[in-house]
Amino acid sequence: MSEADVLLRVDDLQVHFPVHKGAVFRKQVATVKAVDGVSFQLKRGETLGLVGESGCGKSTTGLAILRMLEPSGGRIEFEGQDITHFDKSSLRPLRRRMQMVYQDPFGSLNPRMKVRDIIGEPLEVHGLANDRKAFDQRIAQLMRTVGLLPDMADRFPHEFSGGQRQRIGIARALALEPALIICDEPVSALDVSIQAQVVNVFVELQQRLGMAYLFIAHDLAVVRHVSDRIAVMYLGRIVEIAARDEIYRKPLHPYTQALLAAVPVADPVVEATRKRVPVSGEVPSAMNPPSGCRFHTRCPLAMDRCRHEDPALRDLGAGRAVACHLHDMAAQ
Amino acid sequence: MTAAAKPLLSVRNLVTRFGRGRGAVTAVDDVSFDVGVGETVAIVGESGSGKSVTALSILRLIPSPPGRIESGEILFEGTDLTKLSEREIMEIRGNRIAMIFQEPMSSLNPVLTVGLQVAEPINVHRRKPWDAALGTAKQLLGRVRMSDAESRLRAYPHQFSGGMRQRAMIAMALACEPRLIIADEPTTALDVTVQAQILDLLKDLAQGSRCSLILITHDLGVVARYADRVVVMYAGRVVEQAPARELYANPRHPYTRGLMASVPRLDGDTSKRLVPIEGQPPNLARLPTGCAFAPRCRQATELCQRERPALAEIGPQHQTACWLETPAHV
Repeated sequence: MSEADVLLRVDDLQVHFPVHKGAVFRKQVATVKAVDGVSFQLKRGETLGLVGESGCGKSTTGLAILRMLEPSGGRIEFEGQDITHFDKSSLRPLRRRMQMVYQDPFGSLNPRMKVRDIIGEPLEVHGLANDRKAFDQRIAQLMRTVGLLPDMADRFPHEFSGGQRQRIGIARALALEPALIICDEPVSALDVSIQAQVVNVFVELQQRLGMAYLFIAHDLAVVRHVSDRIAVMYLGRIVEIAARDEIYRKPLHPYTQALLAAVPVADPVVEATRKRVPVSGEVPSAMNPPSGCRFHTRCPLAMDRCRHEDPALRDLGAGRAVACHLHDMAAQ
Repeated sequence: MTAAAKPLLSVRNLVTRFGRGRGAVTAVDDVSFDVGVGETVAIVGESGSGKSVTALSILRLIPSPPGRIESGEILFEGTDLTKLSEREIMEIRGNRIAMIFQEPMSSLNPVLTVGLQVAEPINVHRRKPWDAALGTAKQLLGRVRMSDAESRLRAYPHQFSGGMRQRAMIAMALACEPRLIIADEPTTALDVTVQAQILDLLKDLAQGSRCSLILITHDLGVVARYADRVVVMYAGRVVEQAPARELYANPRHPYTRGLMASVPRLDGDTSKRLVPIEGQPPNLARLPTGCAFAPRCRQATELCQRERPALAEIGPQHQTACWLETPAHV
């Protein structure tokens, strides 16, 4: 990947939350390491899928990159600038380049604002809404871009369906022509028949406008459909990252294997012959993660070494990396 | 299910409505299907399709008012459940028919221990004293593969993870050895790997005791993995039903076909664009006069706009409600 192509570089990112106890002497009793050493790069115009189960830190990673959460350590570089510790005034121009689409199309739109004002708010905030006529034209254009009719601009969010509301959220994110959109579970609240509509909007917009996506989701089939590369997270860490087809064709980390095997395919004939990789138990608490490899408590292939030694994310070449002792040995 | 064997449950022309007058909504509209002994039937549909209301109607759990079962029969082991008194239906609920809900936290009582809640149906329906019921509860927790069942009996629901709570719900459902378990989106709130564990467990236990299962879901993958037969619902009606393999190999209703084309598959062709179903599910209070799917159907004709198609046999055990499949009427 040539340097000029890199839009976002995340290096050893840490986001820790203190856990307090007591009302008077609020004593810190523990730390939740929600994100604990995450590194990856994102090219211009590329989609990186970030997958994992609840509590793995995928949403926290997204929020930290947007600087809506303060990183506890590591470095975030965006368009060549170190933005890890940007203050409020430096963050404002940054937010023009980086936008977010949220999961809940009901909670993320102000019910008292008209669609025109919701989509136009970023333009107003950044002082780009001075010419009323140009503003209206821009709103109409944005609405058409996401497949909404411009004459709906004076309606309120409750007059729209879930899928349409998600399109409003996308139009708002597009208003400032960002280079990166962070999408946090953007289709999981939608009905099955509507999901495909919104997924297609994302894919087509990227082809036309060329922005990059960090696509955070738990639905592996949707992520596979939109992503160029995929990173799998478990308890605050990336356990495997690779090109989309590589990861689905030949998952290397036992967790990736289990995750893929757990997702049923919509075909009874295929299902009858599929190999199942059973994993026991559930994701342990991030407050007290297991020693060694964090997955060892559920891993069917765990060895003695996995209980003591934390495997590093090891580069296997061709953009592929995995954090697993089994593949350390294979590489040596 | 062979034609000779009598179904365990037979829902016939069920109509469930909410509200009165102009605001009235027909949530379940003339729904009929059978569940054979030991069979797993999936009811598939999106929000508002009537799949959950169908399940609640079977157990007579529709809040009334505003809801009511207006007509139809629900024959379970030969008895019409719609005709039973409240006391008689309570004999069946949690005993012969058990239910598992989507959100285990809100269906468990937060101030009672898990042991007490699992033992309750045994105490109520089997009239066993509490200490004996708790003994059975401990065995049940073992059957749902909870380690350390003894101490789990004394735990409260908030001390359990989502997956554990759903295991407790399954234990409770199994307590009286029901003939039918209705599971309404039992794993939607759970993570992928836990979802697979819970559904595998449920299917195993049901199969082991020849208990029938109604699985209500919107996930076509889950249906493919676990169901023997599938009932597809749209806007309160059954639009297609068939054995699972037949349905996936040969979907005939445009809605079923649309769903299958719009859902990305783990083994699908990523270069192909998803084909969404345009538009959105209808508002039940303002249903069109003809086929409810017609406004979103690419093949809809003038007849579809005007008249509702009835569910008709189009192959062995395969029925669909679509004018395109009943050429004699066109």
